[in-house]
Amino acid sequence: MYKAFFNLLKRDLRLAFRHKSEILNPLFFFVIVVTLFPLGISPEKQMLAEIGPGIIWVAALLAAMLSLDSLFRSDFEDGTLELMLLSEYPLSVLILAKIVAHWLITGFPIIIFSPLLGTVMFLSNDAIETLMITLLLGTPILSLIGAIGMALVVALKRGGMLLSLLVLPLYIPVLIFSSNAVGSSMAGLSISGQLYFLAAFLLFSLTLAPVAASAALRVSLE
Amino acid sequence: MMKAIMKFIYQFASPKHFYRLSGKIIPWFGWLAAMLLIAGSIDGLFIAPVDYQQGDSYRIIFIHVPAAWMSMFIYMVMAISGAIALIWKIKLADVIASSSAPIGAAFTFLALVTGSIWGKPMWGAWWVWDARLTSELILLFLYLGYMALESAIEDPRAAARACAILAIVGVINIPIIHYSVEWWNTLHQGATVTKFDKPSIDISMLIPLLIMALGFKLYYGAVVLMRARNKVLVTEQNNRWVKDIINH
Repeated sequence: MYKAFFNLLKRDLRLAFRHKSEILNPLFFFVIVVTLFPLGISPEKQMLAEIGPGIIWVAALLAAMLSLDSLFRSDFEDGTLELMLLSEYPLSVLILAKIVAHWLITGFPIIIFSPLLGTVMFLSNDAIETLMITLLLGTPILSLIGAIGMALVVALKRGGMLLSLLVLPLYIPVLIFSSNAVGSSMAGLSISGQLYFLAAFLLFSLTLAPVAASAALRVSLE
Repeated sequence: MMKAIMKFIYQFASPKHFYRLSGKIIPWFGWLAAMLLIAGSIDGLFIAPVDYQQGDSYRIIFIHVPAAWMSMFIYMVMAISGAIALIWKIKLADVIASSSAPIGAAFTFLALVTGSIWGKPMWGAWWVWDARLTSELILLFLYLGYMALESAIEDPRAAARACAILAIVGVINIPIIHYSVEWWNTLHQGATVTKFDKPSIDISMLIPLLIMALGFKLYYGAVVLMRARNKVLVTEQNNRWVKDIINH
């Protein structure tokens, strides 16, 4: 079972590295969306520092959501998913491998780039550190919950808009706690409460989301 | 023993039996709901005493609070019947869940609108980013997502199963969303929370409130059974008993 998990993980990563746009596009999207806000609102330092945590997190959320399509779409179209369904390994383990790969491809680059965006939004060093920790805890949750939504809409022709309708309400707790943690650390307050919540939510979705996603995938592939 | 119970439930939940039974129940629910709603409205609007702080404008709670209760209750109904449909493959549970969704969304909308109308004289604004209002709004989004997913999947059986999974995922998330919103709110704007700190409700106001709540529940029962009956007829249209009813 471990072998199946790691083989699938390696395969997905290799596929992603062959199509580099899968890695780069969500990252570019993330950077561009954050750039729009100073242009649209104001380049003033104080204003940006105040709204920066929220903006960076909303951008990360949208980037994660828009990248979900790559999670199942191509495997659905060429029939790989059906073979996974028929394989002797539990579907939830295979899906977890795909989710981990998806996070490494889309979530991880965002974390690497976040200090840069934190700097241009005039966040303090502490806040940037917190931003990275919240992204590290939060973006896997986005991939996990997103997998459920994606599994529900994968068989539909125009599922993109629907996916956002299904998934975004479920992303709200992550957004609240993460951007609040970054804002609090800007103000020099303790952030352990928010981080504990994010960690708990991560563990919770790590245990339940693959099961729910595999149930949803079974319905979609019928 | 278990087998006998399951057999009874399957027979009970068979479309034909459901159609006949619900036809008998609906008038009871409907007329009782009408009587309770009229009685509750008269009691709430005219007999219940004026609130010493909010004057007469508090009377909107007799609509607002039951609607908010129903909005959560119906989502629970949808999730539970979704789970029943997934586990025991009882088709009727799917029908109940999908018939409930628009009613639940309507109650959620009603709760938001009445809350907003109430908020204008109380807080001086149509909308505040209060924890309860915000979680109610998110609940409306969950309903809309459910209905959008249902209408997007063509095969009705696949749609019902997908929606059941979504409802269960949603119901697990509702408390998480609710508490995170509440927590967010207390950090951002402490003042609005205390606005909800009203004195515990007087018995003369509680009675009409409970009458209205029961009326809303029975109204939901009647309407959901009517919608479910319709759906059963459509899905079973090729069966003999349906043709017999139509030709009758």
